[in-house]
Amino acid sequence: MELSLATRAVGEHTVLEVGGEVDVYTAPRLRERLLELIDGGARYVVVDLGRVDFLDSTGLGVLVGALKRLRSVGGSFALVCDKEPLLKIFRITALDQVFPLYPTVDAAIGADPTGAGA
Amino acid sequence: MATVRLSFSPAPVHVRTARLVGVAVARRAGVREDLLDEVRLAIGEACTRAVALHRQYHVPDPVLVEMSDAGSYSVRVVDRAPIEAGIGLAALDADQLAAESLDEDDLTTGVGFALLAGFVEDLQVRPVEEGVGTEVRMVWPVGR
Repeated sequence: MELSLATRAVGEHTVLEVGGEVDVYTAPRLRERLLELIDGGARYVVVDLGRVDFLDSTGLGVLVGALKRLRSVGGSFALVCDKEPLLKIFRITALDQVFPLYPTVDAAIGADPTGAGA
Repeated sequence: MATVRLSFSPAPVHVRTARLVGVAVARRAGVREDLLDEVRLAIGEACTRAVALHRQYHVPDPVLVEMSDAGSYSVRVVDRAPIEAGIGLAALDADQLAAESLDEDDLTTGVGFALLAGFVEDLQVRPVEEGVGTEVRMVWPVGR
């Protein structure tokens, strides 16, 4: 399945819904969209991986890049993921200790330590 | 003798094809259904690594993937990049992953190896027997 990207605003947060396969071929499009959002002023970004059915190291690298970029400008970055196969990927790579991971978008926004929670 | 042999020009767009073929052959070979996601991810990571190396070293040769179901399901992913083979990359811990100094390419490489090592119990990374290059060999049990 091809990569799908859809953006919506929830209060001060920007939610990027990602679907399909995020791999070495499609990850550059995800990187480009995240950079567009951040360069366009988005500071509280939630990436919803709920419809992702494949995620590889290239996609993980893009997500870490966005996390670092947002932190450097005082923003926040969170991931929404409740699928066990994807969660296992985060555990094996130790990235579960790097990303704030939430089961739902509401939980991610409600827990935002920046105080920008809706 | 490989059951299925696939070679593809070192372009990211073909990695998905290799994953699809690898999982189809695994299923046909009798690999348990609950392992197929891991097979898909591991073959993808090995091919992604090979493509990245070919591009980094400007090697136009194809990446080779060989799948065999003789007793178990084994997959060989062979690149032709002029580097020292080895699996000696240490897993990155959370602090290293989040460090500003770590660039995206290095992070992706480290994470890719962590995924291979984490998902494949029987994994070997070694120099090819002839010429330059590295072979990533992965083996999964079959349920028959």
